[in-house]
Amino acid sequence: MARLLVCPPDYYGIEYEINPWMRVSNAADPEKSKAQWHNLMRTFEEDVGVELERMTPVKGLPDLVFTANAGVLYDGKVVISRFLHPERQREEEYFERWFTEHDYSVIKLGVECYFEGAGDLLGFTDTWFGGYRQRSDFGAYTALSEIYGKEILPLELVSDKFYHLDTCFCPLSGGELLYYPGAFDSYAQDTIANSVEKRIIVPQVEAERFACNAVCVDHHVVLPSGCNETMDLLKRHGYTPHPVELDEFFKAGGSAKCLTLALD
Amino acid sequence: MNTETVTLKGHIIDSLILAKVLDTILQMEGTFDISEIKISATREESSIAKIAIHADSPELLEEILQAVQLHGAIVEEISDCSTAIAPQDGVLPDSFYASSHLPTQVRLKGEWIDVEAIEMDLAIRVQHDPPHAMAIPMAEVKIGDDIVTGRTGIRVFPLERPKERDAFSFMEAQVSSERPHQHVIADVAKRMRMIKDNREKILRQGDAAGNADLGTKVLFVGGPAIVHSGGREVLSWLIEEGYIHVLFAGNALPAHDMEASLFGTSLGFGLSAGCIAPHGHEHHLRTINKVRGAGSIKQAVESGMIKDGIMASCVRQNVDMVLAGSIRDDGPLPDVITDTVKSQGAMRAALPGVGLALMVATTLHAIATGNCLPAKVPSVCVDINPAVPTKLSDRGSFQAVGLVMDSSSFLRQLARELNWPG
Repeated sequence: MARLLVCPPDYYGIEYEINPWMRVSNAADPEKSKAQWHNLMRTFEEDVGVELERMTPVKGLPDLVFTANAGVLYDGKVVISRFLHPERQREEEYFERWFTEHDYSVIKLGVECYFEGAGDLLGFTDTWFGGYRQRSDFGAYTALSEIYGKEILPLELVSDKFYHLDTCFCPLSGGELLYYPGAFDSYAQDTIANSVEKRIIVPQVEAERFACNAVCVDHHVVLPSGCNETMDLLKRHGYTPHPVELDEFFKAGGSAKCLTLALD
Repeated sequence: MNTETVTLKGHIIDSLILAKVLDTILQMEGTFDISEIKISATREESSIAKIAIHADSPELLEEILQAVQLHGAIVEEISDCSTAIAPQDGVLPDSFYASSHLPTQVRLKGEWIDVEAIEMDLAIRVQHDPPHAMAIPMAEVKIGDDIVTGRTGIRVFPLERPKERDAFSFMEAQVSSERPHQHVIADVAKRMRMIKDNREKILRQGDAAGNADLGTKVLFVGGPAIVHSGGREVLSWLIEEGYIHVLFAGNALPAHDMEASLFGTSLGFGLSAGCIAPHGHEHHLRTINKVRGAGSIKQAVESGMIKDGIMASCVRQNVDMVLAGSIRDDGPLPDVITDTVKSQGAMRAALPGVGLALMVATTLHAIATGNCLPAKVPSVCVDINPAVPTKLSDRGSFQAVGLVMDSSSFLRQLARELNWPG
């Protein structure tokens, strides 16, 4: 059974502005966010059949809910993120502590680079892709490729609305890629076209509703609600979409995928 | 030249990152050379490219560097060149840097300085205040000289292809006797004409009027086979017409040339009669003896003793002559330098301004000249023996053209291109 690391939104809120979605004046409703988060967890556990590991939330770290940015995990080895913004750098020690306490081998990146975990590093079995220019540095992928012995193709992200790779790029279990080309420069678009045969293009309106920030487990795809065209595309490719209301998390620039980290 | 080298490492090929970085450099009006590239054999391994980025100004270079660093290019960390003191006269410190014949810079106090008088197999002497770097031969090193050691803080530039589209810009390393020579010779003639015009313009109107890159002198390096094979008259014509400005030779070329003037023979062989003259083998010795008596070649010509030929033309046209002696020389002629280190020094002193080197029918002088020519000087090596042009072409310069042919035929064809009436 697939396992996901999550963190309850007890202290979630918009306390600073580090992406164009965040406005301190546009506060998240605590009750509504908790309800949306619990509904997402219920979908994972009951509809998709996923096992959840819950981190302890920390007061003063509103973005700790976005566990996708904890680090990258593969083959039992975890590389903890090095956040670009000081506001999120304080999360690093809590993520590191969780992995150490759960007997993962925690390794250092070994280079002075920013790197924001599985938010920016995604892939298929053979080839991984790394988003750079917004949050993570190019150099992180050279180091990670050596650590994991994987091909990592860096992709330049050109829009601050799509500041992490997982906001515009979602590899599916059947080898298809759900993505929004407008988030990438032309070289990255060519690289994606050359590397991935089956591509599902998300329309801009739904990409801006985080349609690509989806979690795919087997044939299930959990995605934010309001992305009907994307759901139709997924169905046409044999997937079962599970829409979940996640508007409160849009306010921080995140959605289903950002709220999880695959542990296996 | 404003240049920095960056390293790009990772999965840079399939991700088109290398293409993007190179495109970025060009779009920003910089240029680049890929000095090293290692493309991984497997998908997992990284590829590495070292890219030297050139820009017209330090500001533009900085802008380009900032742009490419975002795509992972790492600027090489560079330190000043290391140096050590020469322990005694004529002895270099251990681990001295041995130069190539390519344009070279060393870094002193954070600044890149051009190495002056570059040639292959020399050391580099630096002075710090003001910063200055110069290539010097081992024998000229003085105790206490500051000599560049190791490999850091030194950079060597590949040659830029000449802008002129001629034989020198399309040179292939191959030397063959089975290729047509005509177009190469026509290009050599064209370049000689350009240098002559450039020289005259600079002499008349000053440095600013000419093109310093083109050079103001043609260097001719010749062996005695030119005289034996009947090339004497045509070479004299080229000199008289002002196409040759520096002559390197040994003892034999001038000896046989003047022998022809005095006796009409070359090594005793009647040049026009086509048979051995009685006691002809003595002619060159008698020639050398007469010139020694005159005191110098110049005096022999000016006194009217030597009336025609290569030496007479050289004296009349004020050609800068360096005659380097060898162990088997007869005489030698009074102008011949018998100390090899002094000969090298005299050759070097004559090189500034040379924009074309013609090396004809001489093995040892051609190679000695090749060794002290900077790679940027186009050179032509003509010999009936393919080994000589091959050896010269192997020096690693695409501006070294080799022609396997008879020296006199070469000179005649060359002169005809320059409107020789003969």
